[in-house]
Amino acid sequence: MAFIPPKETYPGRVYSVSIGTGQKEITVGGENVLPFHSFEGAFSNRPLIAYEIHDVPPSDWPESVQKPYLDVCANPVSWAKYCQDILNAKAIALRLIGTHPDRENRSSEDAAKTVKEVIDSIDIPLIILGSNHTEKDSSVLIAAAEASKDRNCIIGKAQEANYKTIAAAAIANNHKLIAMSELDINLSKQLNILITQMGFDKEKIIIDPMCSALGYGLEYTYSVMERIRLAGLAQNDPTMQQPILGDVGMYVWKVKETIADEKDVPLWGNTEERGIAWEAVTAVSMLIAGAEILVMRHPKAIEAVEKMIDELM
Amino acid sequence: MALTGVEIFKLLPKTNCKKCGFPTCLAFAMKLAQRQASLDLCPDVSEEARQKLGEASAPPVRPITLGTGENAVKMGEETVLFRHDKRFVNPCVFALGIKDTLSSEEIEKKINEVRNSVIDRVGQKLKIDAIALLNDSGGPEKFENAAKILSEKAPEIPVILCTTNLSAAEVSTKLYSDRKPVLYGANAGNLEDMSGIAKNYKATLGIAASTGGLNELSELTEKVKKLGVEDIVIDPGARKAKEILEHNTLIRRAAIKKNFKPLGYPIITFAQREDNLLETLVAALGVAKYSSIIVLSSIERWKNLALFTLRQNIYTDPQVPMQVEQKIYKIGEPTEESPLLITTNFSLTYFIVSGEVENSKVASYLAVMDCEGLSVLTAWAAGKFTASKIAQFIKESGIEGSIKHRELIIPGYVAILSGSIEDKLEGWKVTVGPREANGIPAFMKSRMK
Repeated sequence: MAFIPPKETYPGRVYSVSIGTGQKEITVGGENVLPFHSFEGAFSNRPLIAYEIHDVPPSDWPESVQKPYLDVCANPVSWAKYCQDILNAKAIALRLIGTHPDRENRSSEDAAKTVKEVIDSIDIPLIILGSNHTEKDSSVLIAAAEASKDRNCIIGKAQEANYKTIAAAAIANNHKLIAMSELDINLSKQLNILITQMGFDKEKIIIDPMCSALGYGLEYTYSVMERIRLAGLAQNDPTMQQPILGDVGMYVWKVKETIADEKDVPLWGNTEERGIAWEAVTAVSMLIAGAEILVMRHPKAIEAVEKMIDELM
Repeated sequence: MALTGVEIFKLLPKTNCKKCGFPTCLAFAMKLAQRQASLDLCPDVSEEARQKLGEASAPPVRPITLGTGENAVKMGEETVLFRHDKRFVNPCVFALGIKDTLSSEEIEKKINEVRNSVIDRVGQKLKIDAIALLNDSGGPEKFENAAKILSEKAPEIPVILCTTNLSAAEVSTKLYSDRKPVLYGANAGNLEDMSGIAKNYKATLGIAASTGGLNELSELTEKVKKLGVEDIVIDPGARKAKEILEHNTLIRRAAIKKNFKPLGYPIITFAQREDNLLETLVAALGVAKYSSIIVLSSIERWKNLALFTLRQNIYTDPQVPMQVEQKIYKIGEPTEESPLLITTNFSLTYFIVSGEVENSKVASYLAVMDCEGLSVLTAWAAGKFTASKIAQFIKESGIEGSIKHRELIIPGYVAILSGSIEDKLEGWKVTVGPREANGIPAFMKSRMK
C-alpha cells in the first residue's frame, strides 16, 4: 500500500501583525497552517518572545527569577536596556503592575512617565501591560498609549469590562491591542467582535485566551488555543484569525513548583532548574498549541525556548 | 476504512437477542461503529463477520503492551488528533536511555534512578516507565552483558532493547522472552532476521526508517507483518524537532483519518540532546504531538516533574472536569484564628482560588467541597452547592475542632445562600467574599484592617 502524505490545506490564514518601528520592527503571524507545520504550507514568521519587566522592583517574584535582574530591576529603564543590550531581547513587555491599587497604586501620570522613559531608551518593540485591574487599567492604559504614541506598540489587556476605553486609546495612538478573555473560545470570539464593532481594525488585535501554568490548567489554555487556530484556519472564521499571546511568566512564577525549596520537597529536585523548566515547558506547549507571542521572565528559559524554536522552524 | 453502523448491522445475526446488552442489533452496530462497544459482546456472530468486523473495528493505532505485570504499560489505541475532540488514550512512555558502555555499577545506579522516579501528583503515581538499552559499543558483548544486568537486577522494569546487531538482539531478547520487551533496530538490511527473533521471543519489534522516511517505513511494517510479527513500534527517523512534528503528525493523520494500517502503530521518539533543558523541550513536543515512547538521556527530578505534569495535563479527559479531593486544605500555616473560605472541587477553581489566597499572604483554611468537578456557579445552578450540603460538609469536616471562630467566607456568586447557611449551621456567621478569585487578596487585606 503506497503511502500518500495526508497533508492539509486550509482556507484561512492568520493575520500578519507588525509591531515596533524602524529596523527592529517585527512581524508575527501570517501562517496558513497549524504551528510549525511548514511541511504543508507557510509558517515563515518566527514566534516572538518578549522579556517581561515591571515599573516597580519585582519583589513578588520568586528568588530564582529575581536573581538574574537584581542589579538592574530597581529602575525599569536599566532593566529594559539590560534585556535589550545584554540578553539580546527581541521585544520587551512592560507590565505596569505598580499601578494596581493593592500594590504601589502608582498614578496614570507616573505610569506614562515610565512608559516614555522605557520606550525612549530601547529600539525593540514594546508591549505595554496594565495591572489587570479592569478599572485602573482603563485610565492607566490611556495614559500609557499616549506616552508611546505612533511607536506601534501592543497595549493591553482589554477585557469585556474595559475594552471600550482601551481600544479607543489604541486607535488614537496607533497601537495594536490585546483582547483578553477567560479560557473560553466563545468569549474570545465575542470580545473580538465587540472590539471590531467599535471600528477597531480586526487585523490589529492580539488574542489572549488566558494563559495557565503547567499543572495548573495548562490543558485548558492548550485546547482553547488549538481550537482558536482551527477556527481561523479550517473554518476561515475572520474573528479568530489574530495572532495569539501567551502571558507565560506571570502564571508560572507563582505556582508551588517554581517556588518551593528543594529542602522542603526533595522529590522535586533543584529549585532553580525546576522553575526554569516549568516556564520553558509551559512556553513550548503554548507555541505548539498556537501562540505567536510569549511574555516570559527567566533568561535561561527564554534562551532554551529560542533554541527549540530554531529546531522547529 | 471504518465501516458505518448500517454496514456493520448487515454482518450481525439480526436476532435482537439482547445478549450483548443492547436492545437491538442495530443499536449494537451503532455502538460498534463509534468504537464504544466490543464485538466480543455478541456470542452468535459468524466467523466470517468476526474477521471482517475485527479488521474494520480495530483501533487505528494498534494497542501494544510494553512489559508485563504491574509495571506493564499500554501504548497506542489513539483515536483523535486533537485532545479537545476526545481523550488521548494511553499516556506516552518515558524511557531512560542506558548505554551499554557503562560499567555495571553505573548501570545499577541508573536502575535505582528509575525505581526512585515515582512522584505522586493530584492522586496519580507518575514515574519513568521503562529503560532503553542502547548499543553504543557497537558490538554484542557489552550489550549482552548489560542486558543480563538489567534482567537480573531490574526484572520488573520494562525494556526497549536497541540494537541492530543480530547476536546482541538474539541473546538479549531471549533473556526477556515472555516479558514483552521492545526489540528496536529492525531496518531494511536486517528485517527478516530481526522479525524472526521478535517472533520467537514474543517481543514487539521496533522498526526504524533510514532516509526513506514514511514511505520506507510503511513498506517495512508491511513486510514485517507478512513475516508474522504484528506488534510493532515505529521510528520514522526524525531527530530534529521540526521533523519529529512533521512525521508524528503525518503518521497520526494517516492512521486516524485514512485508516492507513501500515502506519497504525505507536511511535518511538529519541529526544536525547547535549543540552538537557532543550532535551526536556523536545520531549515535551513528543508528549503533545503523538509520541508513544520518548527516550531520554537523563532523568533529573526537576525534569521528570515537568514532563510527568505535562503528560498528565495533555492526557486528561477534556470532557470530564479535573477534580480535586474534597477536604479542608491548609494554605500557609493557619492557626485557630485563621479565616475559613469555601469553594467547589473543580480543579481549575481550586487552583485559582488557592493561588489567590496564597497571594493574599494570609494563612487560611480552604474548604473544597465535592461538587462533581463543577465550578461555583454551575454547581450552585445544578443543586450541588446548596446551603444544606455546605452545612453538612462543614459539620462533617471536623473543622470546628481546628478553629475558634465560627465564620465561613463564601464565594460572592452565591451570596444568595448566606442566610440559609446561617439557618442550617447553628452559631455560624456567613460572610460574602468576592465574586472573582482575583478579588481575594484585596478582600483579605481589607479584613485585616
